[in-house]
Amino acid sequence: MFKKETIAMLLAGGQGTRLKGLTKKLAKPAVPFGGKYRIIDFTLSNCSNSGIDTVGVLTQYQPHILNSYIGIGSAWDLDRKYRGISVLPPYQGQKGGEWYKGTANAIYQNAYYINQYDPEYVLVISGDHIYKMDYSKMIDHHKEKGADATIAVLEVPWEEASRFGLMNTNDTNKIVNFEEKPTNPKSNLASMGVYIFNWKVLNQFLLEDEQNKLSSNDFGKDIIPAMLKKDKELYAYEFQGYWKDVGTVKSLWEAHMDLLSDDPELDINDPTWKIYSVNPNQPPQYIASKASIKRSLVNEGCLVYGNVENSVLFYGVYVGLGSTIKESIIMPDVKIGANVTIKKAIIASGTVIKDGAVIGDDSGEITLIVEDLGIAPDSNINKQLT
Amino acid sequence: MEQIMGVINLGNEKDLLEDLTKHRCQASVPFGGRYRLVDFILSNFVKSGVHNVGVFARKKYRALLDHLGSGKEWDLDRQKDGLFILPPHDSTESYKGDIQHFYEHLPYFERSKEEYILVTQGSIVWNINFRHVLEEHKNQGADITLIYKDYSQEEKAVYHTLDVDDNERVQAVHLEKTINQGDNVFLNTYLMKKSLFIDLMKETYEQGKYDFVTDVIRANLNRYHVQGFHFKGYMPFIHSIESFYNHSMNLLDPNVLQQLFYDHGFIYTKVKHGPPAKYLQGSHVVNSLIANGCTIEGKVENSILFRGVKVHKGAVIRNSIIMQKGEIGEEAFLENVILDKDVKVSKDRILKGEEIPTVFAKSSHL
Repeated sequence: MFKKETIAMLLAGGQGTRLKGLTKKLAKPAVPFGGKYRIIDFTLSNCSNSGIDTVGVLTQYQPHILNSYIGIGSAWDLDRKYRGISVLPPYQGQKGGEWYKGTANAIYQNAYYINQYDPEYVLVISGDHIYKMDYSKMIDHHKEKGADATIAVLEVPWEEASRFGLMNTNDTNKIVNFEEKPTNPKSNLASMGVYIFNWKVLNQFLLEDEQNKLSSNDFGKDIIPAMLKKDKELYAYEFQGYWKDVGTVKSLWEAHMDLLSDDPELDINDPTWKIYSVNPNQPPQYIASKASIKRSLVNEGCLVYGNVENSVLFYGVYVGLGSTIKESIIMPDVKIGANVTIKKAIIASGTVIKDGAVIGDDSGEITLIVEDLGIAPDSNINKQLT
Repeated sequence: MEQIMGVINLGNEKDLLEDLTKHRCQASVPFGGRYRLVDFILSNFVKSGVHNVGVFARKKYRALLDHLGSGKEWDLDRQKDGLFILPPHDSTESYKGDIQHFYEHLPYFERSKEEYILVTQGSIVWNINFRHVLEEHKNQGADITLIYKDYSQEEKAVYHTLDVDDNERVQAVHLEKTINQGDNVFLNTYLMKKSLFIDLMKETYEQGKYDFVTDVIRANLNRYHVQGFHFKGYMPFIHSIESFYNHSMNLLDPNVLQQLFYDHGFIYTKVKHGPPAKYLQGSHVVNSLIANGCTIEGKVENSILFRGVKVHKGAVIRNSIIMQKGEIGEEAFLENVILDKDVKVSKDRILKGEEIPTVFAKSSHL
């Protein structure tokens, strides 16, 4: 194999239980996002746009849709000779095998894959987040500091801080302490789940972590604290820009609404930083004479006869005459009949909603309708169907 | 199982679309919001199980080659066979006819393993399954099958036509005829055994004759069993700006849209990775086809917007076709116009065409 200075390991095995029915049949990174993407497209596009052409994707939970979606990585320009994308599920060896016990263990189990490329640095990222980031700048920062590990951070609102891994840094950005999801946060500098490690150093810590039967084999809970304890050089790399963990139904809905403003913080229409995805190659959308669309994103293959406002329509969606959709996310191939009202809802792929149905209400709660569920004519639904 | 090899013969294409075909061949003219005309035949081939496709490009093919790439979008980047681009050996030599062009690439035909060959044009908008044509060819015991379509448009045009008898056997081929409604227009699409194709091509070349339709097909009507195949599906004849415009506008009829883009599976084209179309607060869009990557803040009625078009606040677009990456400035007013790729229209500008729309050339700034 060829030596690569940096390779990426993308953690994509998460179940995403807080996305409820949306992850019943697919891993969280494969959840549809933004009218035409899946969540993992953002990190894969980041790799491609940052010049990282060797990516190992660690899968575990419900991998089928994700695996076939990734294919050989062509969509992200990762179908490369001697490099490119490799899907890495748990495997069996001569002494048996086991599931990935934690994020760090997943990397540990794939040390052989990493060693093939003899890299200086390993970029560990996750397929759960929506953001655009040039990893090459973070690698430069890592080299400048002569760090053993660099963690990408951003400032989060104090009231949300306890959901994250938090750290304190000194005036040279060196990390002095790190706490994973503390109840009483002492900092609002949160880890984005993007790490760069010197591979030789990380490999050593992974070996030691594996010996520790009490360890949860997790980067945030175990590896980073262990490195700090041994006085390794850990630096924070401050990220400016949009970043969102879309791990809950609410945050997924919010992230979609964020895209609808005239000048969104996350620009998905930037020709210098394209978000790549597997293209279903559908015809252009047809907007009929009586339709009305305001403040919305609509993908190819949609046929719109009704009214759409503050909503995101994925490919192949049909909206019948007299129907009104507001503040909602309509995932691929959903068919909506005539005179349907949908408000503040997420309708999962392939759902058929018959004429006259009313979904969602003004309570402020998000109504979730999951995969393959037919909604009968004139039904009234305003709770989560999971 | 590979039975048919496909040839897209661009040597005889007439480039009738004025400014739209000034710098590109007709096969690469944008159509239907996100396609190029050549996408239809490529998709037809692949959906018919034809995986060996030779493109006999002759001139103005930069845009075409850029579009085709490795053939990946049509699943034609194959270890065995795939897409072959075959320009003339020496473009400074005068072009005597398609037989000369074929003859120059004789080894391509000889090396191909398929038993049959289907030669066609690059710019027909249709969905056809060539498996059915082959089946019919065999059922009729034909040596050569010619595909034709009845002409139903009012506009006058010039095409080759066929006379067929009650058994669809071809009785006569009329060259360059000014046609009337009901005429059988020969679509310059023919199927035969590859061995017969090679024999006839070589034989005719050696006689110093160079036009396949005239010197092979028409000249041998009595020598071989030449069968007609009447294509009955949806197929607009595009041979002028007027017909291009009218047939583009017909796509705004959901029935036509359904027939052309859904009933026979999707048409494949080059992927651009643009985001979904974005409608801003002030947008007003009705009876229009909108492609991805568009951002719309103005008014769009009865129009087709290709990929990546920007319509600024207060702009109005009516009965128009705006090709890729067009940008329409604030308060501009467009009616009955076709803007080729990359045209920028400045603020407050008014552009109005007549019944036959005005075409604005690629990359103009108005």
